[in-house]
Amino acid sequence: MSLEPIAFWGLAVALLASALAVVLTRNLFHSVLYLALSLTATAGLFLALDAEFLAAVQLLLYAGGVVTIAVFAIVVTERLVGDRITQTSRQLFTGFIIAGALLVALLAIFRRGPLTVPRPAVSGDLTRAIGQSLLTTYVLPFELLGVLFLAALLGALYFARPDD
Amino acid sequence: MTLQAYLTLAAVLFCIGLFGVITRRNTIGILLGIELMLNAVNINLVAFARFLGDVSGMVFTVFTISITVAEVALGLALVILIFRIRRTAVADHLDLLKG
Repeated sequence: MSLEPIAFWGLAVALLASALAVVLTRNLFHSVLYLALSLTATAGLFLALDAEFLAAVQLLLYAGGVVTIAVFAIVVTERLVGDRITQTSRQLFTGFIIAGALLVALLAIFRRGPLTVPRPAVSGDLTRAIGQSLLTTYVLPFELLGVLFLAALLGALYFARPDD
Repeated sequence: MTLQAYLTLAAVLFCIGLFGVITRRNTIGILLGIELMLNAVNINLVAFARFLGDVSGMVFTVFTISITVAEVALGLALVILIFRIRRTAVADHLDLLKG
């Protein structure tokens, strides 16, 4: 358990640095690559929280799926090299003020009510518990998720139809 | 690490994502900022589930990750469609509904 603080701080630095790079770098393609790094660091944080199943899902769906789709979208709408891919930001000052104000407010709330919950020991297999909960208590949302994916699939097919 | 450390990390990540959403001009850049914000929410859910010893938060994370993937797929399909019609992916140029 003594390794957990080291893992936390290392992953936190990697996560925040890559997240800052996502929003600040000028090259959109580099931005997507930094996003993949930050999503991988999040998977590492899930591992530090003993959620191995969620770390695997995070790597497969986010770092695998989302990044691939984003790269495809960039290839279609911009060129991978050259001037088109550089993007400018606007209203840096406004964005800094709003995001900074929200951060200060959140940290003030955390300070007001210090959450000193002790970390309980892992009881049994968490992956097994997630699976059982998913197919008993939450089986209706699970089925609705299938309906959502069908709708998303049909919608994406409709958008991608060739011009007639 | 304490629960507070995880919550603080997620709050900073959320604000970085919000900064990206506000300042980016390219539609794909805005979507990447939304990804960062949703990621921060997932960290919060998993941290609360782990520290309260209740697996429901982790089940919820499975749902949010799945819905986010569907959202990104449709969002990027929309961006490609808009680009085919208007030849631009910059959010400021999409002012067709402006009076």
